[in-house]
Amino acid sequence: MTERRYPPITQLGMLSLGLIVAGGIYLSSHIPQHVPLAPAIALLVASTLVLVVNYVLLRGVRDFAWNRFFQVGRWALLAYVITAGMIEYVFVRNHLRGGPLVILTLSLVIYALQVPTLIGFTVARYDTSDAAPPATSPH
Amino acid sequence: MTGTAVQPEAGAAPGQSVAPGPPGPLEFEIVPRRGLILVAAVMILLIIGIAANQLWELTFLHVAFGAAWTIIDLFLGLVLGPIMGRMSIPARVEFTTKLMPKMVLIMPTVVTVALASGWQLSTKLGTNLSASPTHGWLVASFIVVGVMAIIALGLLEPANIAVLVELKKPRPNPQVIERLMKRFIYSAGILGVMQVATLVIMTKIATG
Repeated sequence: MTERRYPPITQLGMLSLGLIVAGGIYLSSHIPQHVPLAPAIALLVASTLVLVVNYVLLRGVRDFAWNRFFQVGRWALLAYVITAGMIEYVFVRNHLRGGPLVILTLSLVIYALQVPTLIGFTVARYDTSDAAPPATSPH
Repeated sequence: MTGTAVQPEAGAAPGQSVAPGPPGPLEFEIVPRRGLILVAAVMILLIIGIAANQLWELTFLHVAFGAAWTIIDLFLGLVLGPIMGRMSIPARVEFTTKLMPKMVLIMPTVVTVALASGWQLSTKLGTNLSASPTHGWLVASFIVVGVMAIIALGLLEPANIAVLVELKKPRPNPQVIERLMKRFIYSAGILGVMQVATLVIMTKIATG
């Protein structure tokens, strides 16, 4: 099967998710002790940078099925905003405050953006409805 | 777990789109709209359960939905996956169009309820405090669940949606479906094996 060559959007997306998951585990495993926030902030910043790189790489893809990407991505965004909201609700319900709440909230924002991006990309990469015919470079 | 999806029909050239079954787009909903009502009801139950913060309600939500998550992953990855690989092409397509839309709703709901109620339960019981004797096991569960979440969100869920969108097309590409279904089934298999670790950890926490 010949397939277009794409930037490593899925791999980078999983790396970005992995970084915020690591930050979440770091913070939640120290409750209720005071925990230095620097490692969690570093992981969050790294995850954000990977997300931005992913968007830049995706933006550079030519003849991409953007209509399909946004069609699927916006519904996925709605779904994952709801799940992120549920997790945020648990944090707030348990009186999480200050730096850890800010970091975990921003991590949820990354999560709610990254997952719909991955879903939209996976669907759109196989869609040729509003894109040029696929190139024939081997994968 | 190979060959788990639609193969090109005999005589078809490689890369050629072949409608695997009756001509025309298949009739199914990618996201079953009626199922959304059930999802909303479960989410309301979760919100009430967390707000009430009662031991039985939280235990029920966590055990019921956590067990569902574990069993679905094990069954899908280790039982249904290999069976699907041995099905005829039309049977595979029909089974996929009936199973996968349900999975789009079931898995995110089950995972969200299991995790949210689980965190609330551990807060109530104090098992997420670093002084708890089972704290090490709880951190281990965070790590296992974290890895599972990355695989599920990065590989499994996108493949689930993409295969349904492909099957909705007037002429689905069997090679695309095969590639995506392999990704789905392999991911489910890995998650199924990891769920064994979850079972060990959760029973250790439950028995102190």
